[in-house]
Order: sequence, then C-alpha cells, then structure tokens
Amino acid sequence: MGYDRQFLISLYQKMLMIRQFEERVKFLFLEGVMPGTIHQYQGQEGIAVGVCSALNSNDVITSTHRPHGHAIAKGLTVASLLHELFGKTTGCCRGKGGSMHVGDLEKGMVPAIAIVAGGIPIATGIALAFKFRKEPRVAVSFMGDGAVNEGAFHEAVNMGAIWSLPVVYIVENNLYSASTPIFEMVRLKKLSDRAAGYGIPGVTVDGNDVLQVFETAREAVERARTGEGPTLVECMTYRITGHSRRDPCNYQPEAERKEALQREPLRRFGEYLLKGEFVDQAGLDEIRAQVDAEIECAVKSAMAAPDPKPEEALEDVFV
Amino acid sequence: MAHMTIAEALRQGLREEMVRDERVFCMGEDIGVRGGWGGAFTVTLGLENDFRNRIIDTPISEGGIFGLALGAAIMGLRPVADVQYGDFIFYAMDEVVNQIAKMRYMSGGKIRVPLVMRAPVGATGRGAQHGQNPEAIFFSVPGIKIACPATAYDAKGLLKAAIRDDNPVLLFEHKLLYGSKGARAESGTVDASSDIPSDDYVVPLGKAIVRREGNDVTIIATLLMMHRALQAAERLAQEGISAEVIDARSLVPFDWDLANASVIKTTRAILVEEGPRQGGWGAEIAATLSDTLSDYLTAPVQRVASPNIPVPFSPPMENFYRPDADRIADAARNLLGRGQQ
Repeated sequence: MGYDRQFLISLYQKMLMIRQFEERVKFLFLEGVMPGTIHQYQGQEGIAVGVCSALNSNDVITSTHRPHGHAIAKGLTVASLLHELFGKTTGCCRGKGGSMHVGDLEKGMVPAIAIVAGGIPIATGIALAFKFRKEPRVAVSFMGDGAVNEGAFHEAVNMGAIWSLPVVYIVENNLYSASTPIFEMVRLKKLSDRAAGYGIPGVTVDGNDVLQVFETAREAVERARTGEGPTLVECMTYRITGHSRRDPCNYQPEAERKEALQREPLRRFGEYLLKGEFVDQAGLDEIRAQVDAEIECAVKSAMAAPDPKPEEALEDVFV
Repeated sequence: MAHMTIAEALRQGLREEMVRDERVFCMGEDIGVRGGWGGAFTVTLGLENDFRNRIIDTPISEGGIFGLALGAAIMGLRPVADVQYGDFIFYAMDEVVNQIAKMRYMSGGKIRVPLVMRAPVGATGRGAQHGQNPEAIFFSVPGIKIACPATAYDAKGLLKAAIRDDNPVLLFEHKLLYGSKGARAESGTVDASSDIPSDDYVVPLGKAIVRREGNDVTIIATLLMMHRALQAAERLAQEGISAEVIDARSLVPFDWDLANASVIKTTRAILVEEGPRQGGWGAEIAATLSDTLSDYLTAPVQRVASPNIPVPFSPPMENFYRPDADRIADAARNLLGRGQQ
C-alpha cells in the first residue's frame, strides 16, 4: 500500500514517544520521585497511534486507567502529561486528575475515565451531540478487554447502535483484565463477536500492526462519519509491562511472554520501515534522540514546576 | 397567570427552555412515545409533537441514559435526563457519582457539565423499589447540586434554574405532589399547584423560602414533608406554639443564611425528611446548626425522619414509615417541653 513516507515516520515517532515516555515514567516511579500509581501502555502503542491517526483533531476520544498512550497519540504534549503526573497545576488537569485522568478536551480527549467501561457511555453521548448538531465529527471509546463484561458496555453500545451514532468502540485485548485471563471470563473466541448482539459490525485485527489498526480504524471512522453507525474493533495485543506499578506479571506464562515480545509493535514497525527503505538506522536513531530530548526537557520542567497550594484542592468542584 | 400542577408546570418549563435554547433536550424512558404517558408521571406528555428529535426515548438503560447525557453535556448541549423512579438511578450510580459529579474537578475546572437529572421520589404504595427518598445519598456526593420543589411555582422555577446552570443538578420531584392526571393520577395526592406567572422566571438554586413565619421553633423541610410541616404548624398554632416553616427548596447549595437567621430567632430547630434518619441530610444540617449556633440554641436540634428500614408496602406500615404532621408536631412540643398532646 502506498503510504506517504512522512506519514509512516510520524506513526513511528508517536509510537516511540509513547514507549520512551512510559519507560521514563516507570523509571521515575521506581526511583520514588513520582507520586501516585501508574498503568502503562508498553506493547500497545500501535493501537492508540493507529486509531488516532485516523481521526481529525476535532474528533474526541475517551480513555481508560491506562491513558498515557491515548493522550500522546491524540496530541497532548508529554510536558502537559508529565506536569500532571507530578501533580503540578501546570499539568493538563491542573494537578486534579493525575495519571488515571489525563486528558484535554481542547485536544479532543476527555479526562481519562478510570472506571472500567465508564468512558463508553460518555463517548456515545459525545457522538449523540455530534449527530444532534449535525457535525461531521466522530467519537472513539478506547477500552480494555475486561470492559466488555460491564453493563455500561452493553447499555452504551446498544444505544450507539440503535441511533446509528458516529462512534467507534476500540477494544484493546491484551489478554488480561488486570491479572485475570479474559478468555476465562467470556465464552467467545473473539470479543468482536459481541458486536452481532447489537447489530453492528465487529472485527478483530492485529493490534500490534499499526498499519492494520490504522486501516481498520479509518474504515470504521468513515462509516461513523457518514452516518452508518458504530463499529466494534477488537485489537489483539499484549501488555509488555505490569498491570500497574510493581506488577511482576507472574500470571503471564514465560513462553507466551517471549512470543509476544517477538510481535511487539514498535520494533516490528521499525523493521518494516527499514526493510521498505523508508528510513535508515541513522534516521531511526535521530528520531529516538529527538524523542528522548523532548521527554527529558519535559521531565525537568515538570520536576521544577512549583507544587500547588494545598487549598487549591477546594477549587473546581462547581463552575 | 395560570394555575398549574407540578407536572404541568414542569412540562411548561421544559417547553419554554427548549424554545429558548436549542441546546436543551430530554432523554428518558417512555417520555415521548406517541400514545404513551409522557414519562412515568406525564411531565413530558405531548412535547414530542413539537420537539420530535429533542424528546429522546431511550432503552431501559439508566446507566446509558446518564452516561450519554454526560457526554452530550460536555460537548455543550444541555440535556435533561430522567428516570421513571428515583430508585432506578442506582443503576446509574457510576455515571452519576464517578463520572458526572467528578468530571469538572478531574479536568481541573476546564470542563462544564450543564446536565439536569430528574428523579421522582416518595413512598406511594409501591413498596421498597419504587418509593425510596435517596436525596441523602447524593447529598454526600461533592459536585452535584440538589433541588427539591414542593410547589408548582418552584418546580418550574428550579427546573429552569437547573437547565441554565453550568453544573450537574439533581431535581427530586415527589410523586404525591405532581398532580398527574388521567391514568397516571396518584392516590393520596397533596395539592401542590400554584399560580404560574406568564413571564419567564427562575427560582435560584440555593435559596430557601419561609412558608410560614413563627417565633418558637424553626421547621426545615422539603417536598411532601414541607406540606406536612405546614399542617403541623397549623396544629401547633392552635396550642399556642408559633412554628416557622422553611422550605429548603435546594439541599445543595443549602441556604445557610436563611436557616441560620430563622434558628437564631426561634432558638430551636427541627429537620424533617422523608428518607431514613440514619445518615440523612437532616443529620448534616442538624450537626452544622448545633456547631455554628450553639450560643443561640436553647434546645438540641431535632430530626424527624423515617426509620432505618426499606419502604414497606402495606399501607399501615407505609404510613408508619413516612413522617407525618403528628410526628412533626410532637417533635416541636418536645422541644418546647410541652410533652405529647
């Protein structure tokens, strides 16, 4: 397929930004300098980047307790995220949100919803607003595999379906709902089979192949934007870090883990770019240097930013 | 000027707001079905004829209703979402408590949530799952305003204030006060109808009103209990006890100025609510009055509420459950050391 070289490189750059951001955050966290808890996105970068690259800047996403990748892919700066993770008022949610609630509606990302499936009705309501105002915009709800067993998933996907709302449901199936194997919790081979229950298309794709994700998302977004209603897209992937901080992942079988690492999306896409001669190793190294420099600069500014006044906690409950 | 029931006044309020502001729309169960009921208590009856795409009938999916309403609200629409019975809102507890109430705060104050939630409440011969007064549960949730109209005038005015507010507002409406007609009429209805001005008006959120002036004791109540408090005050007057009745109208924000001024004057206070006593909103108001007005109070603040039980079905048991004018009057007599009459 004939992709523009710059486009392909931008996909790689965003995936690498997410990976390096998460690795840096993990280090900061283990060093004990970053407060809170973290749920990280390493291994799933192809999904956020593939999907968000199929969106316009005024399309809107909802995210989950694992939101850093979605935020970066939707255009939030790593600085606005790091300031938030450090609890500074200069962060994207002025320090009130933290890791699990990063977002910026002006960039098209609702503050992330850390209740499993909680973002699905919200994204569907955003789509309702777009349809109500006849705006050609699309909402996307990212969710983990565990979300398909929540009532909110059922209620919202059904409502999106009956009203043909411009919304796309993206299930990131990393095989584990926290530590519980998802396929012990559903009697299905594919989570996308759930779509049939709502009368909407469902498709399962290799979520570690950013271009396959992009193509699928582009089609689903186009359907949504042209009034044909929602699509349920299951992206198969694997979390190559813990569920949350200090999770040693003892529930992931060694062989499965090794095999998954072979298919992790960033290295795969890098190899694809090299093989197709879209870029050479020096080019990739240069991208990495730029990414690392941007992250380092953001880390420094976030750590240097002043802490909020404690009583600022009292603000922002009501307008 | 026209005389209206609460159901009629709410319907007119919705109609006027939808005409005034094209961002306003309603979503709920059975609210716009042709040949249907206009919601469980006729509030939206006929509106679907004039606002076909803005009276949105939903599946029986309360979580979906409130979650979708939130999504629409943060994109700048002004949804009015309702449940048929207040008890059903528990199906949407995550949406209401985790999503709607916290969205603005989590965004660091960047997002506005102009969302109205309507919920009929009150024990009305339907047993435990269609009769609860859940006000207190939401009273303890930061981020939601709460209004409780006792009259048709206030119902319309508070609804309009809620629709124009940029925050989530829960509007609790009492089934015995609606004045719903036809097949949806309630037995045991209390007349809460009012003269409704033809001009546009709002009843500001957070503003209570003195319904009856008095000097010996302040009785603060909402919804049906406000009417029972007025009955109690009438009886007390015959015994020479002068009770001041305050209709709180809003629980969040609570009108501390009016309540404090009244209690400073009367030196005694009674909080009346239909929901269970344990953890009731009256407990919070009573504790705060006790703290802040200890120099003025001549007796401990009293609460009249239902016992800590689910709403029973059997009419004698339901009447035992729900506070009435006798219990309110007894509480006042006890405060004044007059014993039971």
